[in-house]
Amino acid sequence: MRKHIGMQSILPLLLAVMVALAGGPVSADDNCLNCHRDWEDDSGPSHLIQRDIHFQNGLGCADCHGGDPALDDMDDVRRVRGYRGVPGYLEIPDFCARCHSDAAYMRDHNPSLPTDQLDKYKTSVHGQRLFGRRDTRVANCVSCHSVHEIGDGKLPHSSTHPINVPATCGKCHADPDYMAGYGIPTSQLDDFTHSVHGQALLERKDLGAPACNDCHSNHGAAPPGVESLAAVCGNCHVFAAELFRQSPHEVAFEENDFPMCETCHSNHRIEKPHDSMVGTSDQAVCSECHSADDGTIAFAVADTVATSLARLVTARDRAKTTLDDAIAKGMPTTDEEFLLGEVDQTLIQARTLVHAFATREFVPKVEAGLAKADSVWVNSKALIDDYYYRRKGLAIATLFITIVAAGLYLKIRRMS
Amino acid sequence: MMYSVENKTGGQEQRLYNWVDQRFRIGALVEYMGHKVVPVHGHSIFYYLGGITLFLFVVQVVTGILLLMYYRPGADSAYESVRFIVSEVAFGWLIRALHSWSANLMIFFAFLHMFTVYFTRAYRRPRELTWLSGIGLLALALGFGFSGYLLPWNELAFFATRVGTGMAGAIPIIGDDLLVIMRGGEEVTGATIGRFFGLHVAILPALFTVLLAAHLIFVQRQGMSEPLDWQGLPQTAKKYQKFFPNFLYRDLLVWLIALNGLALLAVLFPDGVGPVHWPLGTKADPFAPPPPVIRPEWYFMFAFQALKLIPAHVLFIEGELFGIVVFTVGGLIWALVPFLDKKSKVDQRSGSFLGFGVLVVAFIIIMTMLGYVLE
Repeated sequence: MRKHIGMQSILPLLLAVMVALAGGPVSADDNCLNCHRDWEDDSGPSHLIQRDIHFQNGLGCADCHGGDPALDDMDDVRRVRGYRGVPGYLEIPDFCARCHSDAAYMRDHNPSLPTDQLDKYKTSVHGQRLFGRRDTRVANCVSCHSVHEIGDGKLPHSSTHPINVPATCGKCHADPDYMAGYGIPTSQLDDFTHSVHGQALLERKDLGAPACNDCHSNHGAAPPGVESLAAVCGNCHVFAAELFRQSPHEVAFEENDFPMCETCHSNHRIEKPHDSMVGTSDQAVCSECHSADDGTIAFAVADTVATSLARLVTARDRAKTTLDDAIAKGMPTTDEEFLLGEVDQTLIQARTLVHAFATREFVPKVEAGLAKADSVWVNSKALIDDYYYRRKGLAIATLFITIVAAGLYLKIRRMS
Repeated sequence: MMYSVENKTGGQEQRLYNWVDQRFRIGALVEYMGHKVVPVHGHSIFYYLGGITLFLFVVQVVTGILLLMYYRPGADSAYESVRFIVSEVAFGWLIRALHSWSANLMIFFAFLHMFTVYFTRAYRRPRELTWLSGIGLLALALGFGFSGYLLPWNELAFFATRVGTGMAGAIPIIGDDLLVIMRGGEEVTGATIGRFFGLHVAILPALFTVLLAAHLIFVQRQGMSEPLDWQGLPQTAKKYQKFFPNFLYRDLLVWLIALNGLALLAVLFPDGVGPVHWPLGTKADPFAPPPPVIRPEWYFMFAFQALKLIPAHVLFIEGELFGIVVFTVGGLIWALVPFLDKKSKVDQRSGSFLGFGVLVVAFIIIMTMLGYVLE
């Protein structure tokens, strides 16, 4: 089954293109639309184009397909100089690039849009197969952007809006039949959907989370090589990537051709990292390569890191539980809440420092976090003690006042 | 000339009394107090409401002075100093809680005192000025509440004060100037705290002290008002108790109970409870969006809600202005009741003023409830 847009769907529009002059505003005199609207149903180009960003910005059929929209005879239209008609599948990238690679033209219409899409496309796997092997099953512009419903990628209905990108790529890449013969897996969409990134993007609608194009690029789409993985993940995970580059693993991974982040975190099905990933237990990824007798200090470092992290998490949880109790009792806890925020921040920093695979910076960081967590715990306990102290004080004051009141009452009765 | 009383016969006690009397001539006062009586009847409990209000005012003064030792007015220091008071200063939380609880209770009992005086016609001749001074004291107490609300400079106080002072802007002719005077500028800023602080700890206390002294002197000179039902009763059918020490001891007992109630509320609910609450929350940020619910203190809720319900235009007048005019006229009628209620001057009940009072109480209760239900 062909996944890109078939020629038959755009042919009717092209048959009606009548004008050769490009750039004219869309008006009631546009005979392309006048004719096509009469004999096309709602799925026809003349209807779909109402949602197209080009059409909404004043471009008409003739601006892409050539011809003269003022003419009403199709034979006359075809004779107009510059008439381009329907482009073949192989011609589409150049067809779009006529404007989109023209820096001067784009500056007048959408100066924020880059004009190197075609150049990038030519470096992509898609572009190389299309132009090199004339493979018309690979994606070109219309495969992702649609033909006549091209939307602004910033708008939610667009096929290139970040939340829609996985489904757009998945149209082909998640279809085993369509991808047969390419020798690549088709589980990426499913893996991504279940990954920490996919859940953030697709479930929580967090546009800060990456979609396919953030790692693979969009127009220059290609799988990142082993050596460039650091740059891809490091785009967002800056500190983790930098720490890794300075760690002993950098050289070891390079020598063994291990992909930098993927070796421990996998690629599309990246799970939310958990503390048990580090350490010497069977679940720890460290154990996959290291052992106690491998002749390195790695196992000892992993053990120290895991133990320290566990201590910090335990101390933080204890402090939080005690603080929650103090909050529930209505005690003033603003300072403690602020300090607990610092503990949480320290925990995040410590988890990032794991990527240094060394204890020199990691242990002092954890110790600082432990000191703060202990401080929160001690202060919160003091607040809870104060809570009970207040009640005891109230009971004593009530008793004293009651005795005085009772004495006064008896005196009043005696006087009466 | 020396005065002596029966119970001043002890050795040291007598010498001390004589010593004071020689210098200040208190004999006449003691004798007067000895003769002063308080009527005893089915509604005698109403006589204690003024005393409770006075006691709560004293608590206000004491706790206010203690808060003053740490409170620092200013946009950069007010919130921080209140936070310091409740979290760092020993028993600071208790002092703030007592101050806030006693403020709310004082206004509650002042309202109660006023309505019992109204419905028992205790405002009638010769107590017109006692009533007027009482109304003045209540107005000042509301001023205390309004000015004190902003002082912690937290989010809710900031926006509530912006709305509250904004209403002043609706007054014709002087509205714009009044708003600027109240805020110390076009907007609620640190300058507003300075003004409200000055009002709260200097101007209002000075006025309040003078008016309170007048109110108490009036009460002492004229004594407690006797019920209307006593008109025409033979003197033997009327019951009295001595003011000193009988009534004063009872007053003291009520104050002790009030003190214990205050302590209970302050310890168990230091930040208030239900619609009567004053959590410190977050610091005021003029650039932050207003909280979803902006509401004034409960005792302003009826006026706030009524102004909200008034349509944008009533006839040719702006709704907000219409509301302010109605409240001003209503307040004036209320204050001048001793002069308007002709029947009370001859010790008779007036049905129309009873109806007016019931209407006012019903209006306040319904509008207050609506204010909390509709939010």
